Amino acid sequence: MLLSIKSLNVYHGYVQALRNLDLDVKKGELLAILGANGAGKSTLLETLAGLHRPAQGEVMLEGKPITGKSPDYIVKHGISLVPERREIFNSLSVLDNLLLGAFHRYRSNKGTLSDDVAEIIDIFPALKGREREPAGTLSGGLQQMLAIGRGLMARPKILLLDEPSVGLAPMVVKEIMSTLAQLKNSGVTIILVEQNTGAALKVADRGFVMERGHITLGGTSQDILSDSKVQQAYLGRKRMQTAAAL
Amino acid sequence: MDTPSQLLQLLFTGLTLGSIYALIGLALVTTFNITGILNLAQGEFVTIGALLAISLYATGLPLAAAFIIAVLLVAALGGVLERCAIQTARQASALTLIIITLGLSIFLRGLALLVWGTETYSLPAFSEGGPLFIGGAAITPQSFWIFGLTALTLAGLYAFFELTYWGKAVKAAVLNRTAARLMGINPNRLSLLAFLASGALGAAAGIFIAPVTMTTYDMGFMLGVKGFVAAVIGGLNNIGGAVLGGILLGILESFSAGLISSGLKDAFAIIILIGVLLVRPQGIIGSLKERKI
Repeated sequence: MLLSIKSLNVYHGYVQALRNLDLDVKKGELLAILGANGAGKSTLLETLAGLHRPAQGEVMLEGKPITGKSPDYIVKHGISLVPERREIFNSLSVLDNLLLGAFHRYRSNKGTLSDDVAEIIDIFPALKGREREPAGTLSGGLQQMLAIGRGLMARPKILLLDEPSVGLAPMVVKEIMSTLAQLKNSGVTIILVEQNTGAALKVADRGFVMERGHITLGGTSQDILSDSKVQQAYLGRKRMQTAAAL
Repeated sequence: MDTPSQLLQLLFTGLTLGSIYALIGLALVTTFNITGILNLAQGEFVTIGALLAISLYATGLPLAAAFIIAVLLVAALGGVLERCAIQTARQASALTLIIITLGLSIFLRGLALLVWGTETYSLPAFSEGGPLFIGGAAITPQSFWIFGLTALTLAGLYAFFELTYWGKAVKAAVLNRTAARLMGINPNRLSLLAFLASGALGAAAGIFIAPVTMTTYDMGFMLGVKGFVAAVIGGLNNIGGAVLGGILLGILESFSAGLISSGLKDAFAIIILIGVLLVRPQGIIGSLKERKI
């Protein structure tokens, strides 16, 4: 097992955000984590990235505990989070944003970073020619691609993505999702948190539904898609809007 | 008595004073942007740097060696204080941390009083020779040393932030702390770096002004206040602004002392501070630059 989470409990002050959460992730998988606002999806990713310290529970990466480690330790050991709302460095150039993504391995990989940047630009050709521009001037879609590219510059074993589709046009969402599928095929393990249930399940191998801090449903994407509760609550089938349009 | 040469003299004095304020302002702005803390002990770094260099010079060391050792020692002092007093309280609010730096300032002033007493000390000028006369006004060679240090510091900080990878990492942490942490940038390490740098910068400023001012154990407080005013005029998050603010403050002070009354010198700094905070809290060039988001 690449990543294994056992009975994880996380609090924000007095509010419990994660309750006895268990999850196992195999190498090369693309997992989608679904659920309403406040279900704890972002907290889960942020805890994995080291931004929150769990009260109880255990997180193991390749059999080694990483519970409660700092973000710099975790990114060095192979987990990279592309945060909600992208959080790019607005006034720095696109190139600097990408280079900073490789901060933890800068000293040992100084010479090859420009090749790595070129590789990222190959994955997101829309960024080509805009390397010198301040990242804040890019459109939302390009900023999201930059944020994913920056996350990939860390050379992670596991890439965590927090709602990459938020605020983006359907065409852009489609493009980003297909890029994630390609990344998965190239061997990156991905945990994708999404409100855009249809788009996420289309590319995911397995899906999990979170409610009030724990996982209430899990299975292959097909299982989740055909679950009647998911159809009602997250795909809005009752209101005759089909997710197929996504 | 307001002859042109006297006005020019006031301008030169103001530029020298202003460069000193600019240096202290630079240290304050750098620390503030990296750590979110206003270091009220910055002035004491200036005092202790100057007093250390004076004592080292008195033991017979060459001036350059005394300078380097004093700068390194005060940088180390900044680092130790950061680890012992700031880092241990890192979870506290910014206000608490600022009050801790106020405590440090009082502690360092007390320490300086114990070691050096209430006497006045001085260093010889760095280079020999009389003042340079321009239009009937005199500039001492030491003033050029002070201008040089300010210019070098500004250029050095600019080069660090714009041209080096580490500088960009620091900038990234200032722009977006959470995202920077996710990249593996450790803000605690940057905080240490900021205090090391501000210790070194403060000490260097103190030693450069020691030949032209009277160095006493308690001179740091007012210098810290002036540096703060310089930083506020510049908008607190702008390195160039702090330099501009410092020089502006120095010139205003010099003219008010020369033309109105020297007793009002310090009052003017405070009046300017209140004025800027009331009218343009974002600083004189704050709104032209991109704001921190």
